[in-house]
Amino acid sequence: MRKKKIISFVILILAVFTLGWLLQKLLMPKYMTKIVEGALISEYYDEKNKDHDVIFIGDCEVYENFSPITLWEKYGITSYIRGSAQQLIWHSYYILEDTLKYEKPDVVVFSVLSMMYDKPQKEAYNRMSIDGLPLSLTKIKMAKASMLPEEDLITYVFPLLRFHSRWNELSEEDFKYWFKKDKIAHNGYLMRVDVKPASSFPKPRKLADYRFGDICYDYLDKIVKLCKDNDIELVLLKAPSLYPHWYDEWDAQIVDYAKKNDLLYINMLDHLEQIGLDFSTDTYDAGLHLNLSGAEKCSVFLGKILKEKFNLADKRQDENLKAIWQEKIDAYYKMKEEQYKELEEYGYLLKFNLKRAEEDNRLQ
Amino acid sequence: MLFTSYEFILFLCIVIGLYYTIPKRFQWKLLLVASFVFYYFSGWSNLIYISVTIVSTYLVGVKLGNLDKQQKLYLKEHKESLTPEEKKAYKERIKVKRWRWLLLCLIFNLGILAVVKYTNFAIANINYIFTLFKMNELSFVNLILPMGISFYTFKTMGYIIDVCRGKYEPEKNIGKLALFVSFFPQLIQGPISRFDDLSKSLYEEHHFDAKNFAFGFQRVLWGYFKKLVIADRIVAAVLEITKNPETYDGIFVLVGMIYYAIQLYADFTGGIDITIGIAQMLGITVTENFNRPFFSKSITEYWRRWHITMGTWFRDYIFYPLSVCKPMLNISKSSRKRFGEEIGKRIPVYLSTITVWFTTGLWHGASWNFIVWGLLNGVVILVSQEFEPLYAKFHERFNVANTFGFKLFQVIRTFLLMSSLRILDCYRDVGVSFRMFGSMFTKLNINELFNGSLLKLGLDVSDYVVIIIGVIIMISVSLVQRSGSVREKIAGKPVIIRYAVFVLLFFSIIVFGAYGIGFDSNQFIYNQF
Repeated sequence: MRKKKIISFVILILAVFTLGWLLQKLLMPKYMTKIVEGALISEYYDEKNKDHDVIFIGDCEVYENFSPITLWEKYGITSYIRGSAQQLIWHSYYILEDTLKYEKPDVVVFSVLSMMYDKPQKEAYNRMSIDGLPLSLTKIKMAKASMLPEEDLITYVFPLLRFHSRWNELSEEDFKYWFKKDKIAHNGYLMRVDVKPASSFPKPRKLADYRFGDICYDYLDKIVKLCKDNDIELVLLKAPSLYPHWYDEWDAQIVDYAKKNDLLYINMLDHLEQIGLDFSTDTYDAGLHLNLSGAEKCSVFLGKILKEKFNLADKRQDENLKAIWQEKIDAYYKMKEEQYKELEEYGYLLKFNLKRAEEDNRLQ
Repeated sequence: MLFTSYEFILFLCIVIGLYYTIPKRFQWKLLLVASFVFYYFSGWSNLIYISVTIVSTYLVGVKLGNLDKQQKLYLKEHKESLTPEEKKAYKERIKVKRWRWLLLCLIFNLGILAVVKYTNFAIANINYIFTLFKMNELSFVNLILPMGISFYTFKTMGYIIDVCRGKYEPEKNIGKLALFVSFFPQLIQGPISRFDDLSKSLYEEHHFDAKNFAFGFQRVLWGYFKKLVIADRIVAAVLEITKNPETYDGIFVLVGMIYYAIQLYADFTGGIDITIGIAQMLGITVTENFNRPFFSKSITEYWRRWHITMGTWFRDYIFYPLSVCKPMLNISKSSRKRFGEEIGKRIPVYLSTITVWFTTGLWHGASWNFIVWGLLNGVVILVSQEFEPLYAKFHERFNVANTFGFKLFQVIRTFLLMSSLRILDCYRDVGVSFRMFGSMFTKLNINELFNGSLLKLGLDVSDYVVIIIGVIIMISVSLVQRSGSVREKIAGKPVIIRYAVFVLLFFSIIVFGAYGIGFDSNQFIYNQF
């Protein structure tokens, strides 16, 4: 009798956890057709071969502006971009810490734009940066460091507690991608082929204080230490986006920091001509982010520096890697082709112009 | 620490885990520590208030006990030497002393409650008078009302009055008394337990009882269901209507009244379910506070079934003593002389009833809307009592009293009557409340219910679906309860059904509960009293 009771109780607990897991999977946003950048972080964990020469960490300045496929095709460098929308520096630190559990890259490239934020900005961005990580102490530390006052730590352990209220907005997408998601990015690169030439930006407003926040420096120190401890070369990078404005005062601080810590700092805004960027054709949103053409140009430029500076081997002849990367290349060019086709047909990319697509009744 | 916070759930898990693993003799001590930790989260200064109340009650209780002992000893020692008159005189002297100590304790503890809860109300009223005479207004004081002070103060008052009456011996262990006063599940919204009801199961050693634990857990879940799925969802519409009286009058006042009745019921009974359920998980029996009040057929019956422990508290400690006190007996005597037997005998009852309802209103909040609400309840009860003979004649003539239709009519009538009185609670302003009540008759436009306005109150179709299903479940459970415990009935079903009910209830709360970002975290309504 007692044994029977224990067994039925265990079954009950299992049923609760299974049902909870199923509901959580169903109710969490899928980021497959809307706000696709939300899917970037989790994609990394589906990678079969987690062995890269270069890992990029940062916000849209990395996942929109560099193409790992180009780095492979041009230099035989294997790379992955671990970036998400408005990924703040503490997000980047913990994502790097988590990445190092799987692999030890030769070089880590960190986008320094996030130094401008010393406070959590928006819950939605926290969710996009954190929810994709598997549950671990790193994830919990990351959530603790990132949470806004209205957030609860437990919702990062059990995201069902955060997304439970989505039951009344479930769409076909939620059921379609309940258990398996499509690949959105190409080793973390979010492709866009559309073009919107750069126009003028509002004059940068003067800041009361240009010094980066202490907390940003603390996390930058932690990133430096993490890389040193793991014998990884760290590169500080400012991508060539025209907005938000990169102040000279900010740049000077990074130059100074790089010097003090013996790090390579590349401000690509200083090399626009060398890169060959043309902001009338290489950006999809008037200069904030680069499109595929711009990202490929940046990758060619950066790849050369990385290869020369850090002596990265050309791995294109490695049969094993060749097969893996060929698959990625195929998917890359297939998407490229599809996007051009979509552009031709509708004049814009559906996934990235949701409002317009909805108005035109073109969303599935 | 709200019952609906994650912190509380974690706290509860830790307390329960420790409760059943430590030696049994430490269980009540653990609960005492847990209660103070729980209360600390509402503000450390609150601990001072409650501690002062505990200490004063304890000291006076001990003093009363000593006086009692002293009397017994004295009478025993002088059994032979004292005349009956001397014995009587001695007893009277001790009685006076006891009453003085009691009065001191009541004034002291009630004084704390009065100062923190009613000072600004008194200042506001004084200022109103000052402005009439163009005098300078007094400044308000910045006092934070300790959570649950009305509840624990009433608990201590009940205890000390009962000790003085000799109902039971005073508690000799201050720690045990402190636990009775501060027992965390019922600290902030009751029920207002009596010492003799609660103390035994509170202090005795408890072995883990799976059935009791499961039943307690189920009751906790049921409480969370009512609070999170129904009350905290419908509250958006209640606030929208009551905070914008200029926009929502006429039929919306009726809608607001009904919504508020649902919210208040789900909120308060939900909170009490959580309280009683937690206590049951710890093996402790807490007095019931509700008995399906919305099935009441009269307002008197409603008040016997709603917030029972408060009603009986006022009955036992105010109504009865007031009705038989010397001044009241004098009033009774003179009014009988003056107005005749028929009217004269009613006057003391009227006075006691009105006093009780005035204090009930005042207990609920330091503002005129609550006082008027209390007085109106008293008036309605007295009027309905006066109409009793008329009702009897009606029933004699028409013989409908036992028909389902008439009973349903009575239930709906009582529900609407109580909801109407609660308008004063909704709008928190006497003038606005009466104006809005009037608008139900002067600006009634039923078409407004069907032009989509109901969907502009902060609730969409899916919210309504959840609320309607939730209310249907709530009513169904109440109907089933009439023939016995729902949990006992479920426990009699095959294991698969039992577990399915539990899992469904659990996930209904998780998925359909109005909590987290996007929902305002609402504390329980009765936490503020």
